[in-house]
Amino acid sequence: MSVGTVLKREDVKLTKLAKCAGCGAKVGAGVLAQLLGDMKVISDPNLLVGFDRSDDASVYRVKDDLALVQTVDFFPPIHDDPYIFGQIAATNALSDVYAMGGEPKLALNIMAVPKDMPPETVHEILRGGYDKAYEAGVIITGGHSILDDEPKYGLSVTGFVHPDRVLKNSGAKPGDVLFLTKPLGIGILTTAAKVDRTSPEGMALAVKLMTTLNRAARDVMVKYRVHASTDVTGFSLMGHGLEMAQGSGVELHVDTGAVDLIPEALELARLGLLPEGMYRNRSFAEAYVDPGETALAVQDMLYDPQTSGGLLIAVDPDDADALFEELKEAAPYTRRIGAAEKYRGGKRIFLH
Amino acid sequence: MIDARGLSCPIPVVMVQDAVKKGNNPAELTVKVDARVCVENITRYADSQGYRVTVKEEDGEYTMTLKK
Repeated sequence: MSVGTVLKREDVKLTKLAKCAGCGAKVGAGVLAQLLGDMKVISDPNLLVGFDRSDDASVYRVKDDLALVQTVDFFPPIHDDPYIFGQIAATNALSDVYAMGGEPKLALNIMAVPKDMPPETVHEILRGGYDKAYEAGVIITGGHSILDDEPKYGLSVTGFVHPDRVLKNSGAKPGDVLFLTKPLGIGILTTAAKVDRTSPEGMALAVKLMTTLNRAARDVMVKYRVHASTDVTGFSLMGHGLEMAQGSGVELHVDTGAVDLIPEALELARLGLLPEGMYRNRSFAEAYVDPGETALAVQDMLYDPQTSGGLLIAVDPDDADALFEELKEAAPYTRRIGAAEKYRGGKRIFLH
Repeated sequence: MIDARGLSCPIPVVMVQDAVKKGNNPAELTVKVDARVCVENITRYADSQGYRVTVKEEDGEYTMTLKK
């Protein structure tokens, strides 16, 4: 008798069906750049942000005061509770629109379902997505699902932004102050959870962070002179930071002591419970990072792939204090983590 | 000897952790894995427990020796 027939269907844990956890399933940034390298790029004056820029979402100007923001994001289960998985996937997908300074309005479900998945499980995943979309003021208008051994869920999201208020990841200027709105370590906590090494409190924190919309942080940052913004997800703080630094022509200086590192995740990092995505992020970015005297486990945290992570914001130094005051209310985990400086050639990120 | 070939992380590093705990910090431990990620993870764990690590690679398989 095979294992499959012995187990009752409800005994199959969702995350056991996933080869990678959440954003850890992302194709590495380096591989992606190669795959897209020779694609024909169609230029259109109204395409304000396209995929040649490795930004969070594409932005297309419809008229002088209106641009469309589009993005898609989906991944295999990162939590065994289908309702929570649905919420996380939706929160993560919506985040790309917030990162561009936009407001999400419409969304379509993208789903892959194993043939034998109980209908209640499918329903719960969708309910998680709908509830988060509702919280964000987004209407899910339809979607598409296919059969697949590995379940997957996410959203294609459409939003709006004023064409002059698009927050690219490539606009940081020397002197800008850097803020990060969620702590790091989510990828490590979810990886260790697969082998029951994450405490219930640790997992609860990870879930709370992953299901917190970046909406409040976005609503605050658009009031200030923010020069660049991106959400820190699968490519980690270092990977997304590197894209910001390269795209903006600056170098980033990160005060590692100021970054909010989830203590339990740091301990798990020391014990070698690191996701494969962490190593992918390392090989993509580490040639551009000067680690200074930073301990290995702390570095690993900075390369940890985040699912539904926070926003990395580069703001004009004159606005930094006011932004921080307001962000502390809207996104209480926000930390002031460093600054952008004039690029001197050589490394792009310096850890202090 | 721990044979963790064919298993993907974090399972192999957990097997090593369990062996170290069960054996009450054995002076020496040999582990076989077949993924670079596992080598890295086990090395980090071994460092944290005060082991010195040597790795031999042959045909994509790694034999790791952990010594106190």
